[in-house]
Amino acid sequence: MDGKLDWMAAGLPTEGTNALHPRAGDTARKDVPTCGLTDRLGDVRERVKEKAWDSVVVVNQEHVVLGLLRSAELAKDADLLIEQAMRPGPSTFRPYVSLHEMAHFMIEHKLENAPITTSDGRLVGLLLQKDVVAAMNKIAK
Amino acid sequence: MPGEIRRDEVRKMIAQGAQLVEVLPSPEYEEDHLPGAVHLPLRQIEARATEILDRKRPVIVYCWDTS
Repeated sequence: MDGKLDWMAAGLPTEGTNALHPRAGDTARKDVPTCGLTDRLGDVRERVKEKAWDSVVVVNQEHVVLGLLRSAELAKDADLLIEQAMRPGPSTFRPYVSLHEMAHFMIEHKLENAPITTSDGRLVGLLLQKDVVAAMNKIAK
Repeated sequence: MPGEIRRDEVRKMIAQGAQLVEVLPSPEYEEDHLPGAVHLPLRQIEARATEILDRKRPVIVYCWDTS
């Protein structure tokens, strides 16, 4: 088999001491809105505004992450296609990364959110910095 | 007969009763292992495999990655 790394990168469950601590894949929001490259920005913006999201993950048909739209990209000209407006190739993280590690990285790099993907790039969810901080505070109590 | 399988096949075989064996050192096994996996470090395989494993069921052996 591809090994434990591949299993964990797919967000599959494990047992052991680390499994007791929340990880990126556990905390990432699975209901993050997605869109395709050829969608119109104005349509996507309207769709996500209703759900109070300020970020959208751009994926292909296999759900592989291609780009990201954060507030700045969502505010662009409504007639642009997503592929013209998006931030291409965002940094992605594997589901098994600890929240502790994610908190450090996101704060240091001023990332409000980060896509969590499997090793083959498929979207698991969007990890929000505020969720990471809240989870860390909960653990600290 | 030994062969290499992928993640989906592993899940299928586990569901059918295959035995999982992690061969990494103790600290790594204790931190994370696949659900239900038994720990049999590489150096102990020959000495302990027959004692720990059921000969009648398939055995899936894994380490950290394929490299």
